[in-house]
Amino acid sequence: MANNVLHMETITMQFGGVVAVNGLTLDVNENEIVALIGPNGAGKTTAFNCVTGIYAPTFGEVSFHGETILRNSPQGKMKKLYAGDVPAVDVKPLIKTPDEITKMGIARTFQNIRLFGNLTVFENVLIAKHMRAKQNVFSATLRLNRAEEARMRRESMELLEEQNLAQYKDEIASSLPYGLQRRLEIARALATGPSLLLLDEPAAGMNPQETMELTEFIAQIRKDYHLSVFMIEHHMDLVMEISDRIYVLDFGRLIAQGTPDEIQNNDRVIEAYLGVSHDAED
Amino acid sequence: MSKKKIRDILLSVLLLAAAGGILAWLQADSSNHSYAISIIERSAIYAVVAVAMNMLTGFTGLFSLGQAGFMALGAYVTGILTIPVELRANVYYLNGIAPWLENVHLPMLPALILGGLVAALFAALIGIPILRLKSDYLAIATLGFAEIIRAFLASPAMNTITNGSFGLNNIPAFSNIFVPCVIAAVCILLMVLLINSSYGRAFKAIREDDVAAESMGINLFRHKELAFVISSFFTGIAGGLLAIYMRSIDTKTFQVTLTYNILLIVVLGGIGSVTGSIIGSFLINGGQEWLRFFDEPLSIGGVQIPLFRTGFRMVIYSVLLMIVVLFWRRGIMGTSEFTWDNLFGLFRRKKKKQAGGEA
Repeated sequence: MANNVLHMETITMQFGGVVAVNGLTLDVNENEIVALIGPNGAGKTTAFNCVTGIYAPTFGEVSFHGETILRNSPQGKMKKLYAGDVPAVDVKPLIKTPDEITKMGIARTFQNIRLFGNLTVFENVLIAKHMRAKQNVFSATLRLNRAEEARMRRESMELLEEQNLAQYKDEIASSLPYGLQRRLEIARALATGPSLLLLDEPAAGMNPQETMELTEFIAQIRKDYHLSVFMIEHHMDLVMEISDRIYVLDFGRLIAQGTPDEIQNNDRVIEAYLGVSHDAED
Repeated sequence: MSKKKIRDILLSVLLLAAAGGILAWLQADSSNHSYAISIIERSAIYAVVAVAMNMLTGFTGLFSLGQAGFMALGAYVTGILTIPVELRANVYYLNGIAPWLENVHLPMLPALILGGLVAALFAALIGIPILRLKSDYLAIATLGFAEIIRAFLASPAMNTITNGSFGLNNIPAFSNIFVPCVIAAVCILLMVLLINSSYGRAFKAIREDDVAAESMGINLFRHKELAFVISSFFTGIAGGLLAIYMRSIDTKTFQVTLTYNILLIVVLGGIGSVTGSIIGSFLINGGQEWLRFFDEPLSIGGVQIPLFRTGFRMVIYSVLLMIVVLFWRRGIMGTSEFTWDNLFGLFRRKKKKQAGGEA
């Protein structure tokens, strides 16, 4: 088996009485493109938020390159309420914050674009360099380390050039057309220096032409930056074309996994998407 | 390009020289110009607080209303430490001064910095619980904190340190007008450098979208705390300057109204514009004085105009503010900064408009 990058073990996320993700176990291996699909409300974005630390999972463990980044078991009143399929075992919680997780090398984009709207394209990328800058607030204020600032600017500029965004560098991010905003969001995520890129519906709102370009773009950045990609997507053309493996989620539960071919012919997946009634089956 | 740069530098040097010249001219005949001097000094001091508040509200997106509290801390520390030892018996004539404090005296500059540090320390402590709050909740929490500080400084338990509700007096004044102006300029310069550094960009990222900022590896709490502490440090220094400027302070000086005045300056100047805050400070402080003739009784041709009496000034002032807020909703400067290019652009636009009108 190739090197494991991301491993989710029986991840359960429960909000009050609603179990949004129920015992999800999945893997993303090195240089692999893995897609997470499922009908609306299946819990895909919740699963994403459990990887990036926006939510602390109610139960389960997430590890990245073998290192545990999130681990939890039902605490407090959740102990009584817990309704996941996998019986909870008490573990010592370990919860890293989103910024720590980004620093370890997981970058993400958002379902509804979250750029720094009033800042320029260049600043958007430059901000991603802040976390690794070797300076403190005094040296930054008093301009003691100009070389570091120059390096951040140079690297950001290089990245914009690689992504063909250089000509927009002084534009205000929110004034860009939609497709470019998506591209900028990915460029910004790349600027954090990730080894795993999480894309939450990158093709949302795109026309077939743009979707095709995005498909090529994702394949290209995987090669150029030696990335693993884990994405949520509804455009099946895109998913089937570039995914190495696909996981299918329905009502929080994993109902299928496998290669695109296997998924396309899986009865339970077709049922979940087309809503074949159980009566008809019987 | 480079020609423009040289022009800008030349103009900036000229502007600074002119400002320095005006200050020197006022200083040369200070007894005659004491009114103008006091307005300029107060404007400079308020500008520091306004820029510090703008750093929080305009650049980091934290709406804090604790300015008066932090100013009070800075003012009291500076005041207590700079009152000459031989005059302390007079100041604390009712309750006496705590023996450990009796002979502690610091020159102005170290006292100011210590005042700033005390304000920063309190900010760091209260920041831990309250910076988890957002927008209006944070404003209410900081507002409450400022009132607690005020009540604490005035409490009888603090009588031998802060002189309780009697306040402090005999604080030595500025030796000349350059002292507060230069200190204010240095404070503002440091804040501008911070805002334009990598940390400033991180602050702006938090203002724009905190979830996205966090996913860019920016530790929300650490950066919010940093902005809060640094802003409070400079607010504390400005409080110290205010104490020296007023020469006698008590806790009534630091009521919520003070915070509202600063907020007014920030909003009027433009939330997110440093130069806007500076311009706003001079406008508000100058304007309040300039409107004073509304307070004097006025008679035209022997007829007493009825509205002109004490207090009418504030009515006019409030109406003017409403007009400004209605027509320049984003303040004078919006989020842009003053540059020579913008200034010349303004003239050019006007000229073009005129030319267009004639044609």
